[in-house]
Amino acid sequence: MDQTNNAFLFYGFAAAWLVVIGYVVLLALRERKLKKQLDQMQAMISSETANRKGK
Amino acid sequence: MTTRDKIFYGLAAFTAALLTRNLYQIFLVLPDELNQGAAYRIFYFHVPSAMLGMTGIGIALVFSLLYLFTKDFRWDSIAAGITEVSMVFCTMFMITGTLWGRISWGVWWAWDARLTSALVLWLIGAGYLMLRRAIDEPTTRARLSAVMSVFGSVNSYIVWKSIEWYRTQHPQPVLSMRSGGGMAPGMEATMYWNLLALLCLAVLLIMLRMRQETMTREVEALRRYAHAL
Repeated sequence: MDQTNNAFLFYGFAAAWLVVIGYVVLLALRERKLKKQLDQMQAMISSETANRKGK
Repeated sequence: MTTRDKIFYGLAAFTAALLTRNLYQIFLVLPDELNQGAAYRIFYFHVPSAMLGMTGIGIALVFSLLYLFTKDFRWDSIAAGITEVSMVFCTMFMITGTLWGRISWGVWWAWDARLTSALVLWLIGAGYLMLRRAIDEPTTRARLSAVMSVFGSVNSYIVWKSIEWYRTQHPQPVLSMRSGGGMAPGMEATMYWNLLALLCLAVLLIMLRMRQETMTREVEALRRYAHAL
């Protein structure tokens, strides 16, 4: 009984932390993607603006 | 470093210190419970995460209603951020609850009022997040999300009260703050300290999520500007 108890205690705490860690990883990946999109859009707009000025 | 960053890092340091202190208390100071042995310690994450998950969905309703009345997308962003983080805590309490149920009741799941309404809450939350990903048009997305948030909040209240309204497999209120039988003082105090630690963690996650919402709005604004060029 005690061993089973400890095993389930471990599973419970491991699951709780895995959920949080998984979400933090998801947030980090999403932020990286957003930064990339932001940089691409800014680069595209500045090159388009430069082209128009050149004309 | 901006003021927001300073608050974020300060809160992160406080949360880490408090969680460390609580884990030390839970595993090395508090004794086993007489009937449940060591497994009762799952409560220290199950109960606070349930409180935060359900309260978060209730708070998201306020911001969803603010969006419906003002049509200001900031409120929609805040509601989405809070609901997403609440879902993390709802997932946490569902998993830890089934593990505790397996060892205490001998079954992983029981279709009683508390567990079933909690599952419905989780499904509504998951539906809310899927709905937001499925709709590209911001106004429709915000309006439908706000309506779904109303359903989630009503159900959240039902989950909260279900252990008082119905006789269920799930234990009746235990904490003295809900007029329950109470726990040993040291055990109950640790529950509240861990509630505070997880609340700080939730605030940190919401702050991260809000920054992403701001970035998403910037990307959408730049995209509209690029189309107009």
